[in-house]
Amino acid sequence: MNTDGRYLRLTVLSIVGFGLMLPIVLGFWQTGRAAFGLFPALGRDTLSLAPWRELVTLPGFGTSLKLTLVTGIGATVFSLLLATGFCAAVHSRITPGAGARMLTPFLAIPHAALAVGLAFVLAPSGWIARGLAPFVGWDRPPDLATVNDTWGLALIVGLMIKEVPFLLLVILSALTQIPVAKHVSAGRSLGYGRGVVWIKIIMPQVWPMIRLPVWVVLAYALSVVDVAMILGPSNPPTLAVAITRWFNAADPGQIMPASAGAILQVLIIALGIAVFVLGECLMRRVGRWWLRRGGRGLSTEPGLQLASVITVVLMAIGMLAMLSLLIWSLAWRWPFPQFLPESWSLRSWVNSSNGWQRALSNTVFLAITTTVLSVALAIAWLEGEDRARRGRAAWAEALIYLPLVIPQVGFLYGLNIAFLKIGISGDMTAVIWAQALFVFPYVMIALSDPWRALNRRTLDSAASLGAGPLKRLVKIKLPILLRPILTATAIGVAVSVAQYLPTLFMGAGRIATLTTEAVTLSSGSDRRVTGVYAALQTMLPLVAYLAAFLIPAFLHRNRRDLNGTIQT
Amino acid sequence: MSLDLTSLTLRSPSGELLFAPLTLSVPLGDVVTVMGPSGVGKSTLLDAIGGHLTHGFGCSGSIKLNGREISTIPAETRQVGVMFQDAHLFPHLSVGDNLAFGLPSHIKGRAMRRSTVEAALKQAGLAGRYDDDSAALSGGQRARAALMRTLLAEPEAVLLDEPFSKLDSSLRDEIRHFTFSHIAARGIPALMVTHDEADAHVTRGRCIALKKPESD
Repeated sequence: MNTDGRYLRLTVLSIVGFGLMLPIVLGFWQTGRAAFGLFPALGRDTLSLAPWRELVTLPGFGTSLKLTLVTGIGATVFSLLLATGFCAAVHSRITPGAGARMLTPFLAIPHAALAVGLAFVLAPSGWIARGLAPFVGWDRPPDLATVNDTWGLALIVGLMIKEVPFLLLVILSALTQIPVAKHVSAGRSLGYGRGVVWIKIIMPQVWPMIRLPVWVVLAYALSVVDVAMILGPSNPPTLAVAITRWFNAADPGQIMPASAGAILQVLIIALGIAVFVLGECLMRRVGRWWLRRGGRGLSTEPGLQLASVITVVLMAIGMLAMLSLLIWSLAWRWPFPQFLPESWSLRSWVNSSNGWQRALSNTVFLAITTTVLSVALAIAWLEGEDRARRGRAAWAEALIYLPLVIPQVGFLYGLNIAFLKIGISGDMTAVIWAQALFVFPYVMIALSDPWRALNRRTLDSAASLGAGPLKRLVKIKLPILLRPILTATAIGVAVSVAQYLPTLFMGAGRIATLTTEAVTLSSGSDRRVTGVYAALQTMLPLVAYLAAFLIPAFLHRNRRDLNGTIQT
Repeated sequence: MSLDLTSLTLRSPSGELLFAPLTLSVPLGDVVTVMGPSGVGKSTLLDAIGGHLTHGFGCSGSIKLNGREISTIPAETRQVGVMFQDAHLFPHLSVGDNLAFGLPSHIKGRAMRRSTVEAALKQAGLAGRYDDDSAALSGGQRARAALMRTLLAEPEAVLLDEPFSKLDSSLRDEIRHFTFSHIAARGIPALMVTHDEADAHVTRGRCIALKKPESD
């Protein structure tokens, strides 16, 4: 029986192997060679540690490293605490479906667009300052570094606004597999406070299910480039930004220390994950001792309330940030202390129309091709598992997550060298390929659970009625799974639209997308034009999510069992 | 002409033998009931005959349906209908389209296919519900629709996996009689797995008990 679908599985495996894994390996190989002194293009062909020595003596290296660790680990730990606290406080009051709908805008908005909006809100001349101005008596922007602060606080806040909703979604979906209400009431009837029940009973069950997503968040926060460029300190910046600058520096001599930095970035993430694993082991021991002591700890309620308040405030700032993008793009005159623009105009849209139309069409083209390819591959993969009637091996699951826990800056430059060799660097093909490395994992993760949740007996029934594998796929699985497939597609679009480094490196600066333009413009002075690009960047994924909601709602309007049952 | 199992053995993924080698012949028109303790592999036996075994289960021996060896061919070509505990109507199809799903290709023409389904719906007490959402049917209606769907596919044998266990006791008798009279009318062999003595009693057919293999 297990020979069923062998060719399909072989095809999928080779596409994943050659299309997705090989580029990563090649990228690291090239980067690693340069990091240890082998860079034939510059006539360097002896193995040496010189690039590493150069790296540590580069100005600002130590500060960059410290900044990366503080912002990356800080943002992850705070996000995890807030998401857990918020879940504990509100879980009994929201359904997973309602939670997912509430979080959708935050998940859909590209990181860079949110960062641009947040800069608008937090800046000394931003909305918060304008709101305070009449009370404090400011008639000019206060002289405070509220964005790009040397501590990286704005960066931490920016990362948290994206990561708290993501972790909330992950935790909420893990909670559906646990009888939370029963465990909480059992715990409370034994005299444990709500928060303590969550820490002692619920989270130990949730953690194994959210461990990988937390690592993804950690890896992302430690190696993010676009958000750190917009919100982080600029001189010296975080390590990932510094590496990106060195790679793109006019002096090609910096490519080798940059490569060493790229490899160091991998080590930093490995170290970060190691810290989390160590923390987990420690918690396991200390936690057991703590559990056995039986402390009731009634005093956690204020902590939960604090977590909820901070989460709500963060979400509110996030909403303001999204709104501010649109308002800035439509503003004409907007002098400082005024809360709303003095005059409105479409001129920013009209004047920059050549630029944004080209960037928009590139972005849409890239989003559609990478997402369609990724969804097709994901469906082929899952169908292969079905035909073999077997689950997924642990190594295959690890393969899916791999691109999400390695730093983009670690291998993309090396990959571009490989792309140069086969002559596709700077092509759309190269950008599509590089983006798909990150779009595919998210699509695959989003589609896997709903796909497996499809009742096996429904498919057995179809087979016993004479439907072969292809008919079962086309007539049964795909229509029943329409909603999760479209949701995965929307996620794919959101991920593709948000890609910065793959587009920048593989496009060799020649392919402009909404994201690359928004990041470039964000360092300039005209907020109105930046607003145009960032607003468009936000709208694309929102349109995709809206379609993913409306299309199945319309097609399945007379199918009660398919309406809102499978929510992702 | 019958469903014939010869020295059929099943092994779990861990290599454990599920029950002693089974040899059994179900003649046309008969319903044979299989009983036995839970975990002995009753459902797995039906999976093996229907072609729905999950990866890792091993099956040896022979399964012949009307003289045709079916143990090595895919489920969709075995012509073995299955009724599970739940009706498993396809949620995206209307009631009528559910029934039409298994209709063989030799019934040609839209009008002909439609009228075949309408006739079956009428037999199931569902006349005029072709275009209804299958989720709008009651438990008993779903069970009848599922049986009609199975029979319209013209199976050469039917497997029943505790088909009445989830029905209200008030409905159970009615659906039981509906099911067995329709199967009898087709004159095909049927194999039923159940925990309910009453099921076995109604069929008035043979009843066998699956036993754990004797340990060696």
